[in-house]
Amino acid sequence: MYGRKVKFRFFFVVTILLILILTTFLVLKSLEENVVYFQSPSEIKNIAEIKKNKIRVGGMVKENSLSMQSTVINFVITDFKNEINVTYSGAVPNLFEEGKGVVAEGFLKDRNFFSATKILAKHDENYMPPEVKAALQEN
Amino acid sequence: MASLIGSYSLIFGAFFSFLIFFFSIKNLSKNEILDYKIFYLSFLQFLFVLISFLGLILSFVVSDFSNETVYNYSHSTKPLFYKISGTWGNHEGSLLLWLLVLTLFITLFIIESKKQPKKYRVLTILFQQIIIFGFLIFLLKTSNPFNFIYPSPKEGLGLNPILQDPALAIHPPILYLGYVGSSIIFSSALSAMITNYITKEWAKHIKKWILISWIFLTVGILVGSIWAYYELGWGGFWFWDPVENVSLMPWFALITLIHCILVLEKRQILKSWVIVLSIATFTLSMCGTFLVRSGILNSVHTFANDPERGLFILIFLFSLIFLSIFVFFIFNKEDKKNNFSIFWMSREMSILVNNWFMMYFLSVVLIGTVYPIFLEVISSEKISVGPPFFNKLIIPFLIPFLLIMSIGPKFKWIKSNLNEKIFLFLLLILSLFLSFFVVKNLDVDFLIYTILVGSAFYLFFITLRDFFIMRFNNLSQNIAHFGFSLFILSILFNNIFTTEIITNLKVGETFHSNKVKIYFENIEQANKQNYKSLIGKFDVQNSDGVSEILKPELRIYNQPNIVTSEADIKTDIFEDRFITINIVQNKEYFNIRYQTKPFMIWIWFSVLLISLGGLISLIKKKYEN
Repeated sequence: MYGRKVKFRFFFVVTILLILILTTFLVLKSLEENVVYFQSPSEIKNIAEIKKNKIRVGGMVKENSLSMQSTVINFVITDFKNEINVTYSGAVPNLFEEGKGVVAEGFLKDRNFFSATKILAKHDENYMPPEVKAALQEN
Repeated sequence: MASLIGSYSLIFGAFFSFLIFFFSIKNLSKNEILDYKIFYLSFLQFLFVLISFLGLILSFVVSDFSNETVYNYSHSTKPLFYKISGTWGNHEGSLLLWLLVLTLFITLFIIESKKQPKKYRVLTILFQQIIIFGFLIFLLKTSNPFNFIYPSPKEGLGLNPILQDPALAIHPPILYLGYVGSSIIFSSALSAMITNYITKEWAKHIKKWILISWIFLTVGILVGSIWAYYELGWGGFWFWDPVENVSLMPWFALITLIHCILVLEKRQILKSWVIVLSIATFTLSMCGTFLVRSGILNSVHTFANDPERGLFILIFLFSLIFLSIFVFFIFNKEDKKNNFSIFWMSREMSILVNNWFMMYFLSVVLIGTVYPIFLEVISSEKISVGPPFFNKLIIPFLIPFLLIMSIGPKFKWIKSNLNEKIFLFLLLILSLFLSFFVVKNLDVDFLIYTILVGSAFYLFFITLRDFFIMRFNNLSQNIAHFGFSLFILSILFNNIFTTEIITNLKVGETFHSNKVKIYFENIEQANKQNYKSLIGKFDVQNSDGVSEILKPELRIYNQPNIVTSEADIKTDIFEDRFITINIVQNKEYFNIRYQTKPFMIWIWFSVLLISLGGLISLIKKKYEN
């Protein structure tokens, strides 16, 4: 028979392994639930079905598309190929402006309408989100 | 002229590296005391890097636009203070600062380590010099701060206005002291392993460096958070932004190291673990530099970047990791003499459990930061991992963490029993009850918050009681743990009670809700040295009818032409009232954000308490010696 010490060690190793597997599983699961995918207006035009997940849409704010009321801001995000209408109520960052890069986070209503819950813009006048740059370069 | 001196002085500094290599290796094989040449050479190297750094500062002060760095990041109308702080507000200058701190620390190390064995000191100097040399080459080859432009431009491009801020002027130097301090820990751990000097004395000696790095890193992160809180205008202080995470990871590694170096000091066990952590700390600091500078990360902090730089740091990083793994496997000896047995009921066990939790938190942050990069490389899908991920994986684990943190210090070393079991149990029940009554009426997830707030209260009461009973026995641990409980409590209440109103208003309009009335009185213009400022005047009236004037500001900088919002924050001991305005496309409407943030000042204060704990431990060490 194995000694008490060996049994104890075996038990210890198994517990550690179980905990490791469990945490890995937990981490992966919440990763899956909480990641936000980035898409360009062109990609949205081509998606097969509208999912309920939160996504990010990136591109430029189209010139002369911005309108503002007391509770809501409307504008159009374009990648110069396709565009999407965005409605947003909330705080806007400093560099949010027509003709500048923007990333909007929120939910798709359909292929043409996006309801944003957060707007991100970068603190650099030459800055273009890498996603936007990539999307623009593809065209 | 200043640039020229700076440039040559840097090359001289690189030259000294060779001399130090030569004399160190020579000194290593001979069995005598430390060759004093090495000390003088290190000191001279530090002086040359210092001259180079001062040269760069001078170029910034006199706005010498023939220097490319000055041209890119400065402007003649910028106030003097920001001309100086602009020196390290950019990639090249900040790396020069890294290097300066590296050379400073090794000089200090040589002075401070006089009582340590010679071979260990020389080896540490050697390892440290490898790092210094790597950075020198990196600086000279890919990011020389003294590049010359001809013909020299008349005016510079200006420093990004959000960096023109007192907090951000001191944030990088403090943070770097923490990062670079970890390089000493790294070199010292490797040399201690080679010379078989991982003993009580070594633990005692390296503990000072660990504490110093950790204190600077903590304060550095704190200053950065305070800056983000009032400057970025989102009203939060931590966004789980990749660049923030990158500074948090070495922090976790350092705080783990602080705890287990205590075990090493007292019981001479966990040697390999201490070494692994020392290596990890520095590797994580380097990873931080790599991730921030390579432009891989998508973050508010990524300013100018260049793929070549990223590649260089990556190669450098991998060579260091390989070197350390190599050293680790060759020289790490299984310690057979020492009886490696840890009892369940002992202080070392509770520290070990703390270590596991810390490693878990560290892995969560690491995965959340690196996974998007990884995924983009293998599947070209672009994702971001937001706060929900971190909250979900960290917050539940805080409960056992807090409980063990309360009970752990009650154990004695080696083997002990828990005294006052009944009292501790009753206190736990009391804390849970208290938290139950606090949480009961709130609109939050009832069960988890009751337990979470309860455990935080528990730690709070236990540390508070210990403070009065034990007096100055173990004061540092007591204060740091008390600070941590205060930290968790203020964050929780801050999260629960924060209120926010976002609306668009024209001048003269009033926003009504049942809790608050915001009247937009007027907007005034003022011209400052390098920006135009628009100051809004708001009359905010709360439900009790008390009204208060808040004046948030918009700054339109001349060069670069950027608008920034300066929040107006009214602070008292219970809450912060925070307002920002923003202008959108010159429309009549202004975008207004008004927030009440309870206990903000307690968050800052508790972090200071935590670092004070470290400071006391450091001073106590000196005093005992």
